[in-house]
Amino acid sequence: MNCIVCIKQVPDTAEVRINPETNTLIREGVPSIINPYDLHAVEAALQIREKVGGKVTVITMGPPQAEEALRETVSMGVDVVKLISDRAFAGSDTWATSYTLSKAIEKLGYDIILCGKQAIDGDTAQVGPEVAEFLNIPHIAYVKKIEDVGASSIKVHRLMDDGYDVVESSVPVLLTVVKEINVPRLPSLKGKMAAKKAVIERMDSKSIGAEEENLGLKGSPTQVKNIFAPHAKTERKVLEGTLEQQIDALIEELRRMKCI
Amino acid sequence: MHIIIRTEKCTGCGECESSCPFASIEIKEGKACINEYCNFCRTCLSICPEGAIVEIEDEGDTREAADLSSYKGVWTFAEQRQGKLASVALEILGEGRKLADERKTELSAVLFGASEREATELIGWGADKVYHVADPTLDHFNDEPYSQLLIKLVKQYKPEIVLAGATAIGRSFVPRVAGKLKTGLTADCTALEIDKDSGNLLQIRPAFGGNIMATILCPNYRPQIATVRPRVMKRGAYEPDRKGDIIKISADATTSRTKVLEVVQETSECMINLQDAEIIVSGGRGIGDPKGFGMLRELAGLLGGTVGASRAAVDEGWIPYRHQVGQTGKTVCPKIYIACGISGAVQHLVGMQSSDVIIAINKNPEAPIFNVATYGIVGDVNEIIPMMIKKLKEAKS
Repeated sequence: MNCIVCIKQVPDTAEVRINPETNTLIREGVPSIINPYDLHAVEAALQIREKVGGKVTVITMGPPQAEEALRETVSMGVDVVKLISDRAFAGSDTWATSYTLSKAIEKLGYDIILCGKQAIDGDTAQVGPEVAEFLNIPHIAYVKKIEDVGASSIKVHRLMDDGYDVVESSVPVLLTVVKEINVPRLPSLKGKMAAKKAVIERMDSKSIGAEEENLGLKGSPTQVKNIFAPHAKTERKVLEGTLEQQIDALIEELRRMKCI
Repeated sequence: MHIIIRTEKCTGCGECESSCPFASIEIKEGKACINEYCNFCRTCLSICPEGAIVEIEDEGDTREAADLSSYKGVWTFAEQRQGKLASVALEILGEGRKLADERKTELSAVLFGASEREATELIGWGADKVYHVADPTLDHFNDEPYSQLLIKLVKQYKPEIVLAGATAIGRSFVPRVAGKLKTGLTADCTALEIDKDSGNLLQIRPAFGGNIMATILCPNYRPQIATVRPRVMKRGAYEPDRKGDIIKISADATTSRTKVLEVVQETSECMINLQDAEIIVSGGRGIGDPKGFGMLRELAGLLGGTVGASRAAVDEGWIPYRHQVGQTGKTVCPKIYIACGISGAVQHLVGMQSSDVIIAINKNPEAPIFNVATYGIVGDVNEIIPMMIKKLKEAKS
């Protein structure tokens, strides 16, 4: 089984703060990490390889420093990593990103493509399903369990808002996974050595055979108009008195809000 | 368009580097450089104290716009589950009505599955037209037939705006539609407006775990598609006698390579799903043990709400993951969020800080949860919650 995992290097959004004077992000000292959901996708691919054999390839689209993220996955035990990098990709929205990734994936060949359910910086959850559409293959989003992997079909549990569905799909297929699916392994010592030595192969707009008009800002239907800080909540009410008086006051507020 | 750095003016101070939301500026050899991550958000333009970062228009940048004027009308995708309209379907109809009135155009709902009764109900909630595909194979969600049908309908009727709920369903199949049609899709919007000058849809959404907000435009492609966060938009008034047209569409010619074998509803413990709940009583490490969640369930029951949890409580195994609120769990915005024994790590705050009213109960007066709380009580949850339960019961009887 030939698995391809798409990962993204993201700033650790939990560490990001807003500068109230300029309304901009303070990125200083914010580490770059592999998007947490993508680690679960890598783990899922490694488990498929352990079960039915095959190869795990990890790809990322990003600037040269994203190599670091790829090396980290080598230390987890993946076979091949590819960096898809080109200045022509600058300004890609989800459409252009999905197009670019699908072109690279076509070149690589695949049976199962795995992605994290969303990246924690953009939080769109769109690139996985859009890649599947470009490749004209089915996808299953929010997978929380892979029940069975056959040569031509796969059976998974997909998380829904009110429970889950058991879904069967033909292979090739693209899955986006949630945290519940597994616990990502830690790098082994051997893996760490391999990561140091790993050769990171590059792919660019030419080698993936992409059409220039579909790339980067030019290929992106959406544009970011502006970015601003969320409004801080100002309404604060202090409850006073003994614990019991505070609880009484709180219940009075709940009554006022028609919750009782 | 390009954003460039005038190296002769750049002093390498690094202001732009640290304020770029996309980590796309680096200082190399004392000068700022923009890399491939640039999203052209223009934040750096106003940050640079030297005015060294400028925006330049490329010649011939005026893209050959498709005939945008032929796209008319606002559409909403009316999500149904087990034949019942989802609440988000009514919320986006309420919002769609406003947008359609502002654009002086029609509002239509698209309904896959369910029966004529639901289609009629959509008219009562504000739709002028309902495109209804009443095929029993669509009663349960399946990505490929849903996306094939929506693509077909959009190509045929050319709406200028399409809204869907940012639910497991909407966020799964709508990207395929946008991919196929080559148009923009904005995820999980919390506000929508019409730009007065251009008539374009301004799509406002949180990013970076809610740390910043972004306004997204799709100026040169149609339709403009957005998924909308549940529980943010307001429903309109229901008028049972409202008139509208129901247009029957056939589901012929759809295909699917995926098959739903079984639908498992997990509503026993979590009677109302988290993202639909008006009131959430959430517990963290301070709850102490799984039994403590029994107490929260009782409180939630009395208030007609549901139970949430912080990652700490889920990791302890006190409550299943589907209750988790925060960066790696669900993002919620109920009317009232009661945080019990939750200290308020940023990862938790980003998942609940847009709730209307936040009530925090925690032993530690310094806990960050109090910074976002509307009401705070400092004290032991195991003393306070039982007292609240007792008083609520008294108030009810």
